[in-house]
Amino acid sequence: MAARAEDINREDALQGIGCSRKRKEDPRFVQGKGNYVDDIKLPGMLFADLVRSPYPHARVKSINKEKALALPGVHAVLTAEDLKPLNLHWMPTLAGDVQAVLADEKVHMQYQEVAVVIADDRYIAADAVDLVEVEYEPLPVLVDAHKALDPDAPILREDLQDKDNVGQGPRRHPNHIFTWEVGDKEATTRAFDTAEVTVKEEMYYPRVHPSPLETCGCVASFDKVNEHLTVYITSQAPHVVRTVVTLISGIPESKVRIVSPDIGGGFGNKVGVYPGYVTAIVASIVLGRPVKWVEDRMEHLSTTAWARDYWMTGELAADKDGRVKGLRVNVLADHGAFNSHAQPTKWPAGFFSIVTSSYDIPAAQVKVDGVYTNKSPGGVAYRCSFRVTEAIYLIERMMDVLAQKLGIDKAEIRRRNFVKPEQFPYKTALDWELDSGDYHTALDKVLAAVDYQGLRKEQEEKRAKGELMGIGLVTFTEIVGAGPSKSCDILGVGMFDSAEIRVHPTGSVMARMGTITQGQGHQTTYAQIIASELGLSSDQIQIEEGDTDTAPYGLGTYGSRSTPVGGAATAVAARKIRAKAQKIAAHLLEVDENDVEWDIDRFKVKGVPGQEKTMKEIAWAAYNNVPEGMEMGLEAVDYYDPPNFTYPFGTYLCVVDIDKYTGQTHVRRFYALDDCGTRINPMIIDGQIHGGLNEGFAVAMGQELPYDAEGNLLGNTFMDYFIPTFVETPHWETDYTVTPSPHHPLGAKGVAESPHVGSIPCFTAAIVDAFAHLGVTHMDMPHSAYRVWQKLHELGLDKHS
Amino acid sequence: MIPSGFEYHAASSVQDAIRLLTENEDAKILAGGHSLLPMMKLRFAEPAHLVDINGLRELKGIDRDGDVIQIGAMTTENELIASEILQQHCPLLVDAAKLVADPQVRNRGTVGGDVAHGDPGNDHPAVMLALDAEFVIQGPEGERTTPANGFYLGTYWTGLGEDELLTAIRVPVIKTGTGYGYNKLKRKTGDYATAGSPVVLTLDSDVCREIRIGLTNVAPMAIRAEAAEDLLRGQVVTEALIEQAAEQVMAACDPAEDLRGDVEYKTHMAAEMARRSIRDALARARS
Amino acid sequence: MAKQHISFSLNGQQVDALVEPRELLVHTIRETLSLTGTHIGCETSHCGVCTVDLDGVSVKACTVLAMQANGSEVMTVEGLADADGLHAVQQAFIEEHGLQCGFCTPGMLVRAYRFLRDNPNPTDEEIRWGMSGNLCRCTGYQNIIKAVHSAAQKLQQA
Repeated sequence: MAARAEDINREDALQGIGCSRKRKEDPRFVQGKGNYVDDIKLPGMLFADLVRSPYPHARVKSINKEKALALPGVHAVLTAEDLKPLNLHWMPTLAGDVQAVLADEKVHMQYQEVAVVIADDRYIAADAVDLVEVEYEPLPVLVDAHKALDPDAPILREDLQDKDNVGQGPRRHPNHIFTWEVGDKEATTRAFDTAEVTVKEEMYYPRVHPSPLETCGCVASFDKVNEHLTVYITSQAPHVVRTVVTLISGIPESKVRIVSPDIGGGFGNKVGVYPGYVTAIVASIVLGRPVKWVEDRMEHLSTTAWARDYWMTGELAADKDGRVKGLRVNVLADHGAFNSHAQPTKWPAGFFSIVTSSYDIPAAQVKVDGVYTNKSPGGVAYRCSFRVTEAIYLIERMMDVLAQKLGIDKAEIRRRNFVKPEQFPYKTALDWELDSGDYHTALDKVLAAVDYQGLRKEQEEKRAKGELMGIGLVTFTEIVGAGPSKSCDILGVGMFDSAEIRVHPTGSVMARMGTITQGQGHQTTYAQIIASELGLSSDQIQIEEGDTDTAPYGLGTYGSRSTPVGGAATAVAARKIRAKAQKIAAHLLEVDENDVEWDIDRFKVKGVPGQEKTMKEIAWAAYNNVPEGMEMGLEAVDYYDPPNFTYPFGTYLCVVDIDKYTGQTHVRRFYALDDCGTRINPMIIDGQIHGGLNEGFAVAMGQELPYDAEGNLLGNTFMDYFIPTFVETPHWETDYTVTPSPHHPLGAKGVAESPHVGSIPCFTAAIVDAFAHLGVTHMDMPHSAYRVWQKLHELGLDKHS
Repeated sequence: MIPSGFEYHAASSVQDAIRLLTENEDAKILAGGHSLLPMMKLRFAEPAHLVDINGLRELKGIDRDGDVIQIGAMTTENELIASEILQQHCPLLVDAAKLVADPQVRNRGTVGGDVAHGDPGNDHPAVMLALDAEFVIQGPEGERTTPANGFYLGTYWTGLGEDELLTAIRVPVIKTGTGYGYNKLKRKTGDYATAGSPVVLTLDSDVCREIRIGLTNVAPMAIRAEAAEDLLRGQVVTEALIEQAAEQVMAACDPAEDLRGDVEYKTHMAAEMARRSIRDALARARS
Repeated sequence: MAKQHISFSLNGQQVDALVEPRELLVHTIRETLSLTGTHIGCETSHCGVCTVDLDGVSVKACTVLAMQANGSEVMTVEGLADADGLHAVQQAFIEEHGLQCGFCTPGMLVRAYRFLRDNPNPTDEEIRWGMSGNLCRCTGYQNIIKAVHSAAQKLQQA
């Protein structure tokens, strides 16, 4: 027993996988010593500010810089004309299209970048922006995506008129970007033709913006003498940015250093490359001085990447017992003025085809059409893997619609359709291989925890009294961890990720990864992985990310890929080190390599108590006493290319009460059970889930970027754009099951995005469920009081008796 | 978001502030700044001169003199909330202040700024109408007082002259038999009202002797729903009567559509807020 | 516009600056005085990441002119810790995982510090109301509420 207690102590001392270790990042943040882009001040630094178009669609007739240039403190005013000789007036997007850096003869959206002003400070720059005189000739505006492909629709992208393919397949109209089709059309048609029951629902997933509290910005510094460019940037993918910078500037990667310092939240918004970054870089190259560009909140909401904007039609074919036989989905995707959504290059609708989710659906078919409109470009994954949120929203809504049509309980219809535990690995009708899952257990646990039957009874009683109470239930499966490089790349670079670990002679560790934390706590959790793998205390392990001069190439952090891919790379690199350590241990103990075994933090000779070498001892030996023929040192690198995605899942339940007279909603209870496989740091997991739920709440209940019929963006400040405060935010209850991923070295699946993906349809489900007894099958988001009241009013429920 | 340049003047006294307003073309008073500075940062407002009255101690403070409470114009929202005089004698103002913006903004935002700015979204104007408050105004010609009723003429348009300064607000003490209510529907903390309604009513053995119903953000300026008041005055207020009054509230509304809602929604919400405030006021008047 | 001289106490130290009348306090603190813990988020006084303590009350430094701080006492996140170490609110945010990306954290801490001075033993509801001028996108607020409670307890025991 004593030995056992000692083992536990040794294991605890490591602070490895499974412990709620306090975050290493926090001491600097709580003392105001974070280092964000706008905190960086370089000698001689100038400020950039952008002249933006008030028109959504117009020809730029002339630009007069004279007055701006005459303002003391203004160093330059650059337009597309100035960038043309450098071939930098357009830039490639991650989706095969091009985007104007500065408007080249035409603007295609309100707030589009037209000119950049460089001045001594941000005050002078702001004044100079007002002094740049731009003459526009307004053109007819295309706002409604449904009219984009009309024969008489205004043609937006004249620069593409000769192209029948803009990187994502053939197109059939000047405003058409792509059509993406997957699934077995014949089998699906057969399922619908022979179905006992079919349901169909149209739904709009609004345009929403991730809006991290830190906006986007950069400091570009070009050293003319050494021809070396350094850029500090708010990027979730600094290595990809370096590649893009090299591709468009011609400066070799070895002379480009991209640094993502502390990032004040990303949520998918900071994956892409924005015109502001490019103009700051160009200005620094032209002027030979550091240039800072930091956008304000209006610019952020108006021009940087948003998410969703999907017009979806879902259809289910089923038997009368509610067993789904076929799924058909048609989507019209509004991509705005440029196709710059951030997805793996070959996936124009991301992983939308995960739409069969947790269900055993034999036949499915998906078609997505992408179109241009006079709105800002985007379509990124807002705290989700690529287009997964849209897919899960659709299927979860459709399961409810089917349940309502058949009069089957919403939990029961899910249970009847789940992929069963014994079916894993399970190949979906749309060709994904779900790695592991136990959906029934998760569902049952949640239903018991909340007393589901009791809630339904209470709902019945409330309905009898004319009160509105809704219960939302969602059972989702996500797809994260992009991804196998055979199917996923960005601009041709496979979506692997990397870790480089060095064990120093005294047993401390420096490790660098290709990912970049934006609050996820990588400095804490990666160290836990290494601690468990190498038997060295996590407090002795330093993690660095985000500097392309020092970190190994990686694709970055988004799509919940850090743990599935970066975490796997870390584990594999650590195991390479342990394999070498085993040889050194055997050498030190003078036994055969196969005669030693790993025990928490040391190698022991099998069956000989006391004959052992700790990892610290081995680390020292690695620098002075290694077996003959072995090179000195103790380090390893791994570029991990995952064999499959991971498929975290969960069951969420929401209870909402509705004020009949105002439309105000009150989320009384939200219960979230997540299964993300092996749990590395439960404290951080819970924090990620709280945050994801809150962002889901924001999307479902209030966020949208609406445009008026003239193409003016409405609501681009925090006055209108809904970020819930402490007061509106519900209390979150979390729970978990553990179903490890069979193919991940640690069994971990990734977690940060599940709560966003799962909660949004859960809120909608709860709101709709409150009206379900009145025949309502769907209500579009956002479920603001105003929108909910419109339904109440339509049904006459708001009348005072 | 950077404001345009301006000349800054810290007023040393009320007279000095009036002088600065009079002598300088295009001068604006800087009170709490939480309406004006955001507008200036968006360059919707570009005054050439700002006259900062934050240093004027004489414009701060809450005093009661018999049945009248005088509130200095530069009293902040949080000072209203913390005031024992108001908690005891005019809790409607406390309730209203709690619903203004957020804690930090309430530390800067002043009751005078809120009242004088002329923004129909501000909470205090309708509250002042419901309280039948009186405004003390200083100008080059000296001091004058004017009732809140009639002060609001349109959006950003009030009875305050360009060279005048609102120095204090006088509100009556809420006595036994008088009840009050303030209900405000907003999208989230920090937002202006989708619709709001302060109500003050006095009962005389269950007959409504006096009632004033204010409405926030459902017309170009803060208004009173006078037809609804007329309907309830002199009556024992029943649910059926409240329903009729709510109809009259809707008829009084003339809101502008925005992201908070369309005309129909805002009109209905004004009625709902008024209903709730009338009920609250009744309950308090009876207690 | 000619620059004007202002002088105020920043975290207990007297500081001087030359500012344009239109200069916002948050820029003076961050750029002229190089204390970058105070952040800029929405610029319309909604998000609270620029929260500082001005003469004993919490304010949003994006909506205060630097001129208005002349002669006053300002405290930023950098002024919370002292020679004895971290302030209880800082410690509690670490212990309760009350932060993730860290961007809202300085404003959140400065606000929590003042809130607990005004209300040393708050309920959940009072914390939600008292902290409602500070937005966070990462945490869903729950652990911040726990942290404020925990700091309140520590401060009361101290």
